[in-house]
Amino acid sequence: MVALKPLIRVQREDFDLKTEIATLTEGRQDIGAVVTFTGLCRDEGGSLNALELEHYPGMAEAEMARIAELAIARFSLLGLSAVHRYGKIAPGENIVLVIAAASHRQAAFDGANFVMDFLKTAAPFWKKEHLANGSTGNWVVAKDADDAARDKWLKP
Amino acid sequence: MKVKLVYFAWVRERIDKPEEEIEVPETVVTGRDLLNHLKTLGEEYEAALQYPDVIRLAINQEHVDHDEPITGAREIGIFPPMTGG
Repeated sequence: MVALKPLIRVQREDFDLKTEIATLTEGRQDIGAVVTFTGLCRDEGGSLNALELEHYPGMAEAEMARIAELAIARFSLLGLSAVHRYGKIAPGENIVLVIAAASHRQAAFDGANFVMDFLKTAAPFWKKEHLANGSTGNWVVAKDADDAARDKWLKP
Repeated sequence: MKVKLVYFAWVRERIDKPEEEIEVPETVVTGRDLLNHLKTLGEEYEAALQYPDVIRLAINQEHVDHDEPITGAREIGIFPPMTGG
């Protein structure tokens, strides 16, 4: 049996949730659960005008694929898509999408959760803030909580 | 040894270039050695790499620890902790 290949994309343009789910499930009768996670840009209480997403072309796709393949093997997923946008993204717009398909719900929930936890800490993307007052803000600082979320998957 | 360095986020901004090719002296063996060498190249490098422990490295687009030998590397990525997702 050929190992399942995840569908990975890094793109400027937005994605359509319905289309992405259909791509994963069309013609399939073995999938019993689909979990999707969408990450959006927040306005941080009105103080944020946009996030600018920078990425390492080539490595970003490769890392996302590596993480996705770990999830497919660990949770016996039947399908996995991950799409990450780059460039300037306004509050309310999509940033990232993960879709995990499995026979049963727990594997699909866990698969999507696992991919997001590793994607945040290992996929080479960086966010810069553009503030509502017109100034260019800071680079977003990596959170210890994100490392902790990843590390829970590494416990025996 | 000649190697291509690529910089991202605030490392790129502080060094003020996205990438460059440099000649690495023979005394530079590991990623840590490379960061220490770069710090001697000017104040923009000093500013970018002031706290080398927080800097992440990738050799040929794969994450590595600072003690990884850089021998044979075609491309070395130097960047802050990631904040995607």
